Amino acid sequence: MSLDRNRRRVLKGLAATGAVAAAGTFAPTRFAIGQTAKVKVGIMLPYTGTYAALGKNIDDAFRLAINEKGGKLGGREIEYVVVDDEAEPPKGPANANKLVARDKVDIMMGTVHSGVQMAMVKAAADNDLILMMPNAGVNAATRELCNPNFFRCSFSNWQPAFAAGKVAASEGKKRAVVISGDYAAGKESTGGFADAFTGAGGTTLVKELFLPFPQVEFQALLTEIASLNPDVVYAFFAGGGAVKFVKDYAAAGLKEKISLIGPGFLTDGTLEAQGESAQGLETTLHYADGLDNPKDKAFRAAFKKATGRDADVYAVQGYDTGQLLVAGMAAVKGDLKARKELIAAMEKTTIDSPRGKFTLSKAHNPVQDFYLRKVVGRENRYVSVAVKALADPATGCKLI
Amino acid sequence: MSDGLVFGLIQVLNGVQYGLLLFLVASGLTLVFGIMGVINLAHGSFFMIGAYLAYALSATMGNLWLSILVALPIALALGLVVEAVLIRPLYARDHLYQVLLTYGLILVLEECRSLLFGDDVHGVAVPALFNFSIRLTSDLSYPVYRLVISAICLSIALLMWLVIQKTRLGMTIRAGYSNREMASSLGIDIVWLYRIVFAAGIALAAFAGMIAVPVASVFPGMGNDILIISFVVVVIGGIGSIKGAFIASLLIGLVDVFSQLYAFLPGSAPYVLMALVLLLRPQGLFGRRA
Repeated sequence: MSLDRNRRRVLKGLAATGAVAAAGTFAPTRFAIGQTAKVKVGIMLPYTGTYAALGKNIDDAFRLAINEKGGKLGGREIEYVVVDDEAEPPKGPANANKLVARDKVDIMMGTVHSGVQMAMVKAAADNDLILMMPNAGVNAATRELCNPNFFRCSFSNWQPAFAAGKVAASEGKKRAVVISGDYAAGKESTGGFADAFTGAGGTTLVKELFLPFPQVEFQALLTEIASLNPDVVYAFFAGGGAVKFVKDYAAAGLKEKISLIGPGFLTDGTLEAQGESAQGLETTLHYADGLDNPKDKAFRAAFKKATGRDADVYAVQGYDTGQLLVAGMAAVKGDLKARKELIAAMEKTTIDSPRGKFTLSKAHNPVQDFYLRKVVGRENRYVSVAVKALADPATGCKLI
Repeated sequence: MSDGLVFGLIQVLNGVQYGLLLFLVASGLTLVFGIMGVINLAHGSFFMIGAYLAYALSATMGNLWLSILVALPIALALGLVVEAVLIRPLYARDHLYQVLLTYGLILVLEECRSLLFGDDVHGVAVPALFNFSIRLTSDLSYPVYRLVISAICLSIALLMWLVIQKTRLGMTIRAGYSNREMASSLGIDIVWLYRIVFAAGIALAAFAGMIAVPVASVFPGMGNDILIISFVVVVIGGIGSIKGAFIASLLIGLVDVFSQLYAFLPGSAPYVLMALVLLLRPQGLFGRRA
């Protein structure tokens, strides 16, 4: 082990002096006794920047799931290597490469931002590594770019949006406006809503509004929404953007007139900041407050005990990512060379998630219930199941 | 009035309001840059500090105005300390040193923010007195607090104009701007002047963060977005020109709103405008020739 540690120290020093390129000349130290060597898990998440809180919750819950099962993967000790991706897509390829080339990780886990996820997808595909995805919903990761090595424990951007479209149509709404940031995730989300809503019959999408991402000056588009006067507005924003949008929507006097619906991110982790303006909002997601299942209660208590913070959907996703990896590695007793068996085991796993049990589709994306939730006080209260066992269409995935 | 006309008017109002808020941040930046020759990349971070101060103080005091009264001296003091400890040793140095230092300052302030307030998103309620909208047509209305923001920004712009044009302090600032060496050889205390200008710039940015908080959200990294667009304002208006910053801010606000409405270069329109200005008038609209 000390050899390994020395190598890392040398590498760190090299990186610090800017001679990162030289790192390539060091041969990876693969121990002959493969089974008992530590398994290197490379975690890449945002620990700073807009999505810092999400990254932290995912990391803590991921480790919680592993620690609950003895802190090992298939009997092997774990060495965690952590990279802060800052949710910055331009830095994505370099950061992903740190895990692959510098740290020579065995398994990659991450991340939150869809743009950064694409860099990890590429790095994992190029280097034939297992990639566990705990949040980013970019459709392509389990569609045209799907890969036997990729596993997602969250959602595709299409999924919660499709559920919201179903809800809006079933509530008798006829004319909809969709609004989101002008970037891939935003368009995938509004597309999912449109799929379900316009497919319902007698419904029209009046207008699609896109705001330059990541700008949050909504006034111009809100004024336009007011003058279009649709029955329902579907909005895809998260974090700071979600807070501002929901507040501005209420301040513009739209909340009482035009119902607002969105995927859960619109009101998740933001309710304290949104305050009065979010009360009564309906959103759809694969997780909710007040789910009546013992696994959820146990998880929330354990997460609170381990971190002192309250669990949220991101923690749940991180936890399930950990659970899935534990199950897969247990099935092959930690032998990563038994790749086929490892993949087959994870495909077969039914994950006992706090959100409710779920399995993975052939494209390795969750097939799961989507809940309709309503904001009551500081909670996204469970109302009903909006769509049962919803699977992403996985268009273009060769695994199907 | 027809609905269409009201729609257009509201959009103009939206642009003006955004522009005025931008002016508060950019005016400090342009003063510090133009008069002191200091590129302060951390300027946006003080916008963020203002927002977080207003959030934290109003959470305990329950009143936004009161918390601004308390937060403003804190921001001013912070500006004085940063100037004395970090910026002053760099006046004589190359811009590169200032860029490095103030970039480092962004990281340090961001980390302090994370330690003090965590990484969650926060918000502050609109003061009850102004928490309503004026109905203009059956569909359109305008939130009053946004009008209040515009009014405050306009008053400050007016105050700045008065100070710079009509007071002794303003005269020294103008003197320092047009010829630093001549001004100091005539007995103007440049060190003192720099201190005032820097602290005032910081306070303006922080104040913008404070009054924007009820219509914005408070989140990690919020200062960086406003910093970039503020630099665009400074470049378009001309470095060091308050009048330029004022016109450029309004211009950017309007361009931003209408480029979104007509989906014509949304998001990039302000930068295209900057490129055009740089091509046709490299010194900016009201800048002096280098």
